[in-house]
Amino acid sequence: MQRYSGFGLAKHALSHHENWQRQWRNPTPKKRYDVIVIGGGGHGLATAYYLAKNHGITNVAVLEKGWLGGGNTARNTTIVRSNYLWDESARLYDHSLDLWKGLSQDLNYNVMFSQRGVMNLGHTLQDMRDIQRRVHANRLNGVDSEVILADQIKEIVPIIDTSKNARYPILGASWQKTAGVARHDAVAWGFARAADALGVDILQNTEVTGFKIRDGQVYGVHTNRGDIESKTIGCVTAGNSGVVAKMAGLKLPLESHPLQALVSEPLKPVLDTVVMSNHVHGYISQTDKGDLVIGAGIDGYLGYGQRGSYATVEHTLQAIVEMFPIFSRVRMNRQWGGIVDTCADACPILSKTQVKGLFFNCGWGTGGFKATPGSGHVFAASLAKGEMHPIAAPFSIDRFNTGALVDEHGAAGVAH
Amino acid sequence: MFYIHCPYCDEYRDEEEFHPKGQAHIARPEDPETCSDEEWGDYLFFRDNPRGIHHELWVHAIGCRKFFNITRNSASYEILETYRMGERPRFSAEHPQGESAEHGAAVNVADEAGRVADQEGVRA
Repeated sequence: MQRYSGFGLAKHALSHHENWQRQWRNPTPKKRYDVIVIGGGGHGLATAYYLAKNHGITNVAVLEKGWLGGGNTARNTTIVRSNYLWDESARLYDHSLDLWKGLSQDLNYNVMFSQRGVMNLGHTLQDMRDIQRRVHANRLNGVDSEVILADQIKEIVPIIDTSKNARYPILGASWQKTAGVARHDAVAWGFARAADALGVDILQNTEVTGFKIRDGQVYGVHTNRGDIESKTIGCVTAGNSGVVAKMAGLKLPLESHPLQALVSEPLKPVLDTVVMSNHVHGYISQTDKGDLVIGAGIDGYLGYGQRGSYATVEHTLQAIVEMFPIFSRVRMNRQWGGIVDTCADACPILSKTQVKGLFFNCGWGTGGFKATPGSGHVFAASLAKGEMHPIAAPFSIDRFNTGALVDEHGAAGVAH
Repeated sequence: MFYIHCPYCDEYRDEEEFHPKGQAHIARPEDPETCSDEEWGDYLFFRDNPRGIHHELWVHAIGCRKFFNITRNSASYEILETYRMGERPRFSAEHPQGESAEHGAAVNVADEAGRVADQEGVRA
């Protein structure tokens, strides 16, 4: 792999940038791999990368039915934070945040991770009590977090409406300074390039159509490019996890919903942090290019259509204008939807299954992007050892039968 | 944006008047006390989540406030039919073109409606 550097950029300028190496190969599938990862989104590619880098398992294939990072990795609002309430999820997301901090150097790829801070607003007294509780829990878990009040919010975000006359007055917020945003496509590409350099085969346009299972042990997959064998298979297929699970005869505690986001026309810099609100239900940040990136809730019905409903767009923008009256005349440029696989407790599934050798990493719902490196890291460790990593263990699929749920819904500043 | 026919109002109304309530035809275990953890967890959390034809429960929340079912394609979003509680769908994954109307009417399953009506505090 050609390493990227300032010197390299200057060198390639001399040849009019025509001699850059391809970022990853386009190999033909081998007959057999040590590990197969199904799904070439951020989480799948991160899993493959850490398998190769941390566990020396380089005979790995990533099977992607479309193109790399074409699903939710390319369709999210790029927010990275770790201020979750419960110990289990705080550990998981904070582990991820730690990896984010050195990720660009680690991958030799600029993922544009920008720790510009994330605030979760409170609009009622109960909101503020919940925020206090969560911030205390965060601090006990070593997660950077503090409570700020309306005048401090106004100082950080001068354009926000903190007047008492607002219909949903802003009373305060939780503030995680070390949180921020990253460039979503670069995350997929960076992991893909780094994994490929370590020998991982990234197979695009390769759709899994079935599993080979004998005596409760998986030993391969059927694909549109022929059968591929492996005794360890990790499914990282987000919204399509239910469909893939069905091929293995499994049922998951998931429902797939469309979640949409939209961007505005580019504006001059006006918002240099991320503002989220559970109560009026919307979140917003501004990209380096100047677009406002806006998101909110899922459509309530099941759907695989990768598009959202107009009613949801309207509700989302109502919330944004409630917080930022200054944006009332900003025009929206594009709108899109991704398919998120939601669990009843708003926590992911990182788990073994009844089929030996078949693992699932799914259920990230509306907030998976932030966890990309952490998820890949602990899932790779689990695939390598055949036992779930301690950070991943509480997110077993068994919790839906034992009742040991990690109930993050509404408790985590999860704006959904 | 859906334009949904409420089988009770017998009118097409805007999606905004309705709320989706998840997968339809999930029967509550007859005797929850004797359920194993597996059975109870499956009942509460595990869903079919199909990509394709799906039966779902909706409520006409700011209309007649009655619950009813929709058969809808979760990939194309096409609504194939709406039908009342206790009625049987004509369209299903096994019958994507729909069974004949007579067949559906003939097997008018009272079971589901009966179970709802038998619950404590429910007046038909």
